[in-house]
This record gives sequence, C-alpha cells and structure tokens, in this order.
Amino acid sequence: MTSYALFGALEQGFAYGLMVIGVYLTFRVLDFPDLTVDGSLPLGASVSAVAITAGYSPFLAVLMATGAGFIAGMVTGILNTKFKILHLLASILTMIALYSINLRIMGRPNMALLGQDTVVDWFNNLTGLLPQYSTPLLFCIISIIVILILIWFLHTEKGFAFLATGDNKQMITSQGINTDNVIIFGVGLSNALVATSGALVAQNQGAADVNMGVGTIVAGLASVIIGETVFGDKTISRALIAALLGSVLYRIAIALALGLKLGAFSITPSDLNLITATLVVFALIMPKMKKKFLAGRSA
Amino acid sequence: MKKILLTMAALLLLTAPSFAGDHYTVSVTQIVEHPALDAIRNGVIDRLKEKGIDATFNVHIAQGNSATNVQIISQIKGEEPDLVLAIATPGAQAAAQKIKDRPIVFTGVTDPVSAGLVKDLKNSGNGNVTGMSDFSPMDKHVALIKEIVPSVKTIGVIYNAGEPNSVVLVNALTEQATLVGLGVEEATVANSSGVYQAAKSLVGRCDVVYIPTDNTVISAVESAVKVCSQNKLPLIVADVDSVARGAIAAVAVDYYRMGLQTGDMAAKILADGVKAGDMPVEFLNDLKLHVNKKAAAAMGVTLPEDIIARADKVIE
Repeated sequence: MTSYALFGALEQGFAYGLMVIGVYLTFRVLDFPDLTVDGSLPLGASVSAVAITAGYSPFLAVLMATGAGFIAGMVTGILNTKFKILHLLASILTMIALYSINLRIMGRPNMALLGQDTVVDWFNNLTGLLPQYSTPLLFCIISIIVILILIWFLHTEKGFAFLATGDNKQMITSQGINTDNVIIFGVGLSNALVATSGALVAQNQGAADVNMGVGTIVAGLASVIIGETVFGDKTISRALIAALLGSVLYRIAIALALGLKLGAFSITPSDLNLITATLVVFALIMPKMKKKFLAGRSA
Repeated sequence: MKKILLTMAALLLLTAPSFAGDHYTVSVTQIVEHPALDAIRNGVIDRLKEKGIDATFNVHIAQGNSATNVQIISQIKGEEPDLVLAIATPGAQAAAQKIKDRPIVFTGVTDPVSAGLVKDLKNSGNGNVTGMSDFSPMDKHVALIKEIVPSVKTIGVIYNAGEPNSVVLVNALTEQATLVGLGVEEATVANSSGVYQAAKSLVGRCDVVYIPTDNTVISAVESAVKVCSQNKLPLIVADVDSVARGAIAAVAVDYYRMGLQTGDMAAKILADGVKAGDMPVEFLNDLKLHVNKKAAAAMGVTLPEDIIARADKVIE
C-alpha cells in the first residue's frame, strides 16, 4: 500500500467516523437497528451542498446538515414509539422518504461543489499541510471533539438514561423516565452525527449525490463490529473510540483490496466487494482464533 | 568480454531515456461495472494500443460505492500515473476535486458543466481536466420517434429521477418535443423493480414510450417491452442493446466508438504533450441505428422501408 492509499484510507475512515459512531449509538446502545442512515447521510450532503451553493459558510452548512439529520432521526423515532411501527420498518420508511426529500432539497440528483470553498480547503490553508495529510487530520480532530462531547453527555443523568434504555427498558420506566423520548432523542442524535458525516464527505469529494448513501448501514455495522472486536468495548468511552478506529480499519481493508495484485491468479476489479467482505470476515474471526489458540496451548 | 559488456552497458544507458519516455501509466476510475462503461474503457485501451502507445492500465471499479469511489483516488495518487481516465460522473468529480497535478480525461459524462468538471464546453485553458460527453442527440431521437410513429402527439418517458444524467436528458427531451409540438408524460422509478408499474401507468397517457440512457430503467427494459407489447404501444429507446432485448428502435451513441475517440484525446495528451485544460469537451456524432422488426410488429407498428435500409443492424 502506498502512503497515498494509507492516508486516503485514514481520510475516509475519519470522514465516515461520525457515521459509525451514530450507528454504534443506535445499534449497540439503543438496540435499535436504524436504516435511516442510508438516507440521512445524503441528507446531510444535500443540505450542506445547497447551503454552500447559496453562499453560506461551509461551517454553517455542516451545522445545518446536523440539524436536518437530527430531525430525520426524530421522525424514525416517533414512527417507532408513538405509532408503534417496528423499528426496522420505521427506519426504512424514513429512508425511502428521504430519497425524494433529498431530490427536492437539491432540485436535482447531483450537486457539484468543485471549486467552492469547503471546510477542507479552510483547514488546508490554515495548516499549510499537503491536502492528503491535512484532510484526515481535520476529520480526526472533528471526530475526537464529538467523542469527547458524547463521553461528557453520557456521564450526565440524561446520558445514563440513554445508556440504560437499550439494556433495560422496564428499569428505566420504573425510574419515571419516558423511554419513548429517550429513543426519539437517541435516534435523532445518531442521525445528526450521520448527516454531519455526510456533509463532510460531500465537501471532501466535491459533490453531493442522492445515491451516495447506498451501503452506509453495511459500512457502519462492519466498522462497529471490527472496532469492538479489535479494540474492545468494556467502557462507553472505549467503545466510542473503538467505533471510530473500526471505521478506519474498515477503510484500510478496502484500500488493501483495491491494491491487491495477485499476478497470474486472475483477480479483477469486479471482485472488490468479495475481497472486502473476506478481509472483514478475517478481521472478525482473528481475535477469536487467537483466543482459541491461546486456550489450546495453556490446556 | 569486459569490453563487450561495457559497450553494451553504454549502449543501454544511451537508449534508456527513450525507453523510459515511451512507457506510460494510465489509472482508470470507474464507478460501476456496466456494459456501456466497460465498452468505453475497452475502446480507450484499444485505441492507445493501435496508436502504438505503450501504456499500463490500472483499472479501479468502485462497485457503485460512493466511499470507495473517493478512496480509489488516493490509490491512483499513489500510482503516480501519466494520465487519469475517469469513466462516468462520480469518478470524474472525485478525481477533479482531489487531483490537480496530472491530466484527467473524463468520458461517459452526460453534462460535464453542471457536474462542475469544466467551466464551459470550450474548456478555456484553466485546469487539468478535459473529456467527452455522451449526451444523447435528442433532436435525432425525437425525429426517429416521429418517423416511426407519425401520428404521435405525446411521448411517455420512464426514468429514475435519482440519476443525474437522466434528469438532464428528460429536460432535453421535453425541450426538443415542445419545439416540434409534442407533449411529454413522465413516469419515474426509484429502482428497476418499479419499471413494470411505471410502464403500465403510461398506458393511455401517451402514444409512444421512450426510455433514455437510464441505468435503472435499462436494466429492467424487458418489463417495459412486455407492457408495451400487451398494449400495442411502440417502445423506442436511447441505447442499441435494448433493441435486441425487445424495443423497436434506437439511434444511439456507440460506447465502444466513444472509447476510441476518448483514446484519441488521451493520446494527444500522452504522446503529443497537449495540455488537458487546452482541449475542448468533445461529443460523439458517429451514431448507430438498430431496429427490431419483430418488436415493431408486436407493438403494432410497421417500420418504414428507408429506416430498415439505413439501419446498422436489423433484428428480424
């Protein structure tokens, strides 16, 4: 792997890091499999692209995307809690609705940001580093700031209720806390992070596209699982950092797959998905294999 | 012996620079594997070979994934190619955003200006990007529709509103149809399983169905063929492959020929040292006409003799 490919993987890993943290919050903490993300990622991209094209600052554009994502997640939460629609179905409904909404927001399926000022350009000028180093650094810093805020939040009283909702709904209800509100807020928070990620991704790749959300949940879940397998999830702080690093490892796996050359053994670019899946499976089973191997030796 | 070796070494050293100058690396980014896009790629590769340009091609395909599409650009930067070939809009946009120091040739992009790739089609010398548009010649498509169905008043069109290219094409269709006094009825789909329903919704609302070069709809063109045959509604398409699959006719861009022409542009940059930013965006005017007699009969249309006579391919 070249250094460009490595830093490219870091860049993508951190850019999608907030998305992965969002998926972690719903999937692991709230026990809520949320497919809204396939729609809220392009939602964040669309909102930020329209805001930038309309002349707003790229930072404000990111914040507007965060807000839009929060609302989208709340809709899924409300459909689930207030209207008793199964969480998976509720999130699918929001996701497909967002497809049309994103088309409405942009007025077209693809909005170019080439040549527009973005947060990536701003940070690049600020640091004076080469873009391939400054961009992953920027996304890393943003992810760390968000993780710190989340760690603080999850140690407040509200945060405890949030953490406990997925574990033991009855206990929380007996404490006089309305779990519906916690779920609505939690799915909102998760999608706010996903949309923020979408806004950053769009500003980085030079375009928002209505189809850019395809496969977001798959990447998110794979990253979460890789992260917790490799880095552990004993405490919430550790789990959040593991999710972020899982996102980076997932992208490194893809970079490896992209650069794979096996000479005569004919692997073609069309095998990318298969290779990626295989690499992820390896990442998943390696720690277990190691455990088994060590257990076998000590016996 | 030593002398011979020395002479050989000296000769090698002398000839080495010209050897080094003759070999090029071309990195290819392509969003998805697709017959039309693959044909373009093969066209470029074949044309460079024909021209005697010795090039290694590193082909990357994102399998439709937006994140991988961007990651491929980092991969390409590491390959330090002499030229980046970007097939279809998403790859071209990511390449243009991230790579400023080497020439990028895009191809298979319908509207390079609204995609932000070039400021205008003349591409007045600012930047490292040039390429080819596969914009369908809509005037020729509408003319073909009128020739095959002279009584046409309204054209029904099926497309995916989520495909950037399709939206541009349908706007162009509407513009061209209005110009010749025809109406347009739209039916949109979100995925290929919606094509059957969309085609049915057009029955009674139009006199002919037209399908642009829309990836989603074309992948399920058989559904439209079925509905149109059952309802004696002529189906005319924008790609020749769909004619063999049951549409009546298409006058279309030949993607392989498009690749050849893109290959010419790449050769100019590689071998002749022309700056990409100095080259205007090119279009393909070399079109193919395919007709399907059986499909025409099934949809209640008799193909005019002169269309059959001038067709590149007639399916009986």
